[in-house]
Amino acid sequence: MSRESWGCSGLGVRYGGTVALQDVSFEAPAGAVAAVVGGDGAGKTTLLRALAGTVQPSAGTVRRPDVRRLGYVSAGPGVWSDLTVEENLSFSGRAYGLGADELGRRIAGLLERTGLTGARDRLAGRLSGGMRQKLALAMAVAHQPDLLILDEPTTGVDPVSRAELWRLLAGAAAGGAAVVVATTYLDEAERAATVLVLDRGRSLLAGTPDEVLAATPGLVVEGPARPDGLPAWRRGARWRAWSSGGSTPPGTGAAAFDLEDAVIVAQLRQHQGRAA
Amino acid sequence: MSPARSGEQLASASGLTRRFGEVLAVDDVTLRVAAGEVVGLIGANGAGKTTLIRMLLGLLPPTTGQVLLFGEPPSRRTRARLGYLPQSLGLYEDLTVAENLAFSTAAYGSHDAVLEGELAEVRDVLIRELPLGLRRRAAFAIALGHHPDLLVLDEPTSGVDPLQRAYLWDTIRASAEHGAGVLVTTHHLSEAEQCDRLVVLASGRVVAAGPLAEVVGDTKAVEVSTPSWEAAFTALDDAGLPVNLVGRTLRVPGAEPGAVGRLLADAGVPADVTTVPASFEETFVVLAA
Repeated sequence: MSRESWGCSGLGVRYGGTVALQDVSFEAPAGAVAAVVGGDGAGKTTLLRALAGTVQPSAGTVRRPDVRRLGYVSAGPGVWSDLTVEENLSFSGRAYGLGADELGRRIAGLLERTGLTGARDRLAGRLSGGMRQKLALAMAVAHQPDLLILDEPTTGVDPVSRAELWRLLAGAAAGGAAVVVATTYLDEAERAATVLVLDRGRSLLAGTPDEVLAATPGLVVEGPARPDGLPAWRRGARWRAWSSGGSTPPGTGAAAFDLEDAVIVAQLRQHQGRAA
Repeated sequence: MSPARSGEQLASASGLTRRFGEVLAVDDVTLRVAAGEVVGLIGANGAGKTTLIRMLLGLLPPTTGQVLLFGEPPSRRTRARLGYLPQSLGLYEDLTVAENLAFSTAAYGSHDAVLEGELAEVRDVLIRELPLGLRRRAAFAIALGHHPDLLVLDEPTSGVDPLQRAYLWDTIRASAEHGAGVLVTTHHLSEAEQCDRLVVLASGRVVAAGPLAEVVGDTKAVEVSTPSWEAAFTALDDAGLPVNLVGRTLRVPGAEPGAVGRLLADAGVPADVTTVPASFEETFVVLAA
């Protein structure tokens, strides 16, 4: 596999009069997992589709491998529910041009790695959500793509299946693929080599998780009560707040903050900017 | 009925079991929710969460065991003191926010429910035209409109961004501060930190319960630092270990550091192997195994 870096620069996408993405730059290096984070409507799916070439950009450039070297797992089922697990794998493998011998070997290996060997003859429509996502992932990696794109593979998936899905996509990166995964959850993004946080179609934060934390301005403080006059949010029964000037109000101390806090601060700053 | 007092048992399930034919969906579960606390119900798919919630709400009779809501068996009377937010939100998509609220307050006979802040601005917008974060906040406002003493929330923050998630948790914690008891399910284990107490279900049984620190206890993970994580990952993955990648470091929950070190040495991968406290997610994987 080539050691290239895929991604986009200055990407803009419009749907009619609506700006879905504006000036987004993103790197997906081979052999690493890159996370795209944002809530509903942030532009994650549009970015992933533009990377895959199924959405035309209105501005900027996209670098991607040939379509036959690409694997894509869409949000939602992404499997044929009236085919069995094995039929799904064999159908998509043939679509990518794998020969019968190679296909047979790959399918056996993928079934084992995904823990789906016992379910090979089950209809995909009868699988649990987690098993269905593992099947969709197995279908996307059967031809060993250079760029593997996954749109919220863990939404609605239980924690055990979620850990297995992350093990599988780390395995694809270990094999040299560039892996791009969209998620709404920052604890997942913390495992990725790099993170891009989207908010309303724009890049809000980007870098390695450590870089994103280090770039947070001011100070995140925490304490047992809501501090006066600061934008604050809860963490369990305690409070966290953003002190833009870096001071620690009475009753608070500096918090060991994480990506979730860093994104809350960035969103608060952006909303303040819009209001001003 | 009078409002709940702090510490009062609002929901209590004892020895709750439910069979569907041959399948034992919930197996001898005991669970309590008191006024003023947020209890997280965490489980894998098929662990029995939905069946347990349906029994607690009085929608499904248990095979054996007993449910008490506010000290009595579930009934129309207890339903009036309960707020339930299903995963699907249960809103009328072709009605406005205000119309959904009016419908719900009429059904509960409460008349002082109001829409505040951003929700007041969108009161005349159809539910289906709202972004997911606001739709969830509207569903919260409506589920809380009759000031229920017990709140049951199924995956309440799924799909929203961190700031919207923070707003939703602010509402949940504020309800508990005002005396409500809250039972909340989540697939996202970082949210376990937001709960006072956790109940962890696996295969229909309670496998751990208590505050987060107690549930994690002294569960350990093995951390592997290596210049060639790809080779280390492949060696551990091929050996069938539940290995995960965090940045460029590997973690293996519940593993023996000696065994991990030997596997890596055999594969010729240089690595530092240390034992570290497990995260809740890693603990969960160990518990559910």
